[in-house]
Amino acid sequence: MRYSIFSLLRQALVGHRGWEPAWRDAEPKPAYDVILVGGGGHGLSTAHYLAKVHGITDVAVLEKGWIGLGNVGRNTTIIRSNYLLAGNNPFYELSMKLWEGLEQDLNFNAMVSQRGVLNLYHSDSQRDAYARRGNAMRMHGVDAELLDAGAVRSMLPFLDFENARFPIQGGLLQRRGGTARHDAVAWGYARAASERGVDIVQNCEVTGFISEGERIVGVRTSRGDIRARKIGMAVAGNTSNVARMAGLRLPIESHVLQAFVSEAVKPLVPCVVTYGAGHFYVSQSDKGGLVFGGNIDGYNSYAQRGNLPTVEDVCESGMALMPAIGRVRIVRSWGGIMDMSMDGSPIIDRTPIDGLYLNGGWCYGGFKATPASGYCFAHLLARDEAHEVARAFRLDRFAAGRLLDEKGQGPQPNLH
Amino acid sequence: MRIECPFCGERDVSEFTYLGDADFRRPPADAEGRAERFYEAVYLRDNPAGPHREWWYHASGCLSWLQVIRNTRTHEILAVELATERPRS
Repeated sequence: MRYSIFSLLRQALVGHRGWEPAWRDAEPKPAYDVILVGGGGHGLSTAHYLAKVHGITDVAVLEKGWIGLGNVGRNTTIIRSNYLLAGNNPFYELSMKLWEGLEQDLNFNAMVSQRGVLNLYHSDSQRDAYARRGNAMRMHGVDAELLDAGAVRSMLPFLDFENARFPIQGGLLQRRGGTARHDAVAWGYARAASERGVDIVQNCEVTGFISEGERIVGVRTSRGDIRARKIGMAVAGNTSNVARMAGLRLPIESHVLQAFVSEAVKPLVPCVVTYGAGHFYVSQSDKGGLVFGGNIDGYNSYAQRGNLPTVEDVCESGMALMPAIGRVRIVRSWGGIMDMSMDGSPIIDRTPIDGLYLNGGWCYGGFKATPASGYCFAHLLARDEAHEVARAFRLDRFAAGRLLDEKGQGPQPNLH
Repeated sequence: MRIECPFCGERDVSEFTYLGDADFRRPPADAEGRAERFYEAVYLRDNPAGPHREWWYHASGCLSWLQVIRNTRTHEILAVELATERPRS
């Protein structure tokens, strides 16, 4: 069913009794062309682009729980393409362009809101670093503006500009960045993929791989064996565990990242703001809640919940940036499990095992990448070659020394 | 999360700094196939969901390096030892 003003009017006349489920909750078939392990944002978007761009519709998305309950529903909904490195920037810009057309493509309201992403700077050297980043973005055709303190003050008068230790000197603004409704992204991709014939199979946990000789030809699941020509893993957070079943050891550690939402307040924060002197990012949802987060907790974790020192640290950064929020109450906090790769950048590549493909290592940048990740993973699965904007995301780059380290931190995953 | 430091007793995790996987083994510089072995040591991790052997440093306490076994699914601390009491390998 196509959603439009006419379908809404038609349903209004019949008491909204004719709406159908947005996607088919499918039973698994014994075999498919392509199996995607993981029904999160990346698996579902891969299925959509496999069907839409490459005409491959004999596809199953296997999800161990319910779709959208993992990281696609656990992030702070920010979308942006303000990357420095040539290996990263065109990929995230493709994602940004796909976000811009996403709702028309999916016929689903993902509430994409290009309200701007503003990274604040607090010192001369940080301004220089942001000027360099902004220049790199513009050379890749991405919008970027370097603002001085006066321009930031006119946008966000409530910030603490005169902070004694970290005065706000200005910011790097990407106006095309913003936010999107994270759940709707999962639902929209699921609906669009399902409509083209993709099977979305829930409560179907992959418990092993089926090999024949050197090749992987299927998966063992909690709902029986399923065979496929090609199998793609899109299980970020759990990538090491799934890959281990195929005998792979990866340059990834799993870490917990917490996020928070406050009670609803009147419109205050008009864009996404990031604090440059600590790690704190905040936007305001359409319901009025301040949605914010900071650093990962910093130790290996699969717990989907974090500890209080990080909560305190994030809130201290928030208070240093905007003291006005001091009496706003936090109503919810949660944790998501991040694939922290060894250089802070993702992996979209074949594995050394024939038939098995890897999409993972998203660190805490996976949500904004959802459309391009699916687009490029679908390209890889369909054609057995990397999409041109994802060529740097190779699995062998660690051994070859071609790291994509935006922050220059080295192989210490909890620092990316 | 609290870690039972052998010197200081049970202390809040905010006093500690995390280094990571304690199964890191630096290969000898002249080892056979050293490029591959250094790649594995520097970059590859088991990353288990369950008990994990890892280094913690009691930075706001006794300044000891500790080797901790912790369940990564539950954050439960299963064992703590002084790094100096572990044989070097």
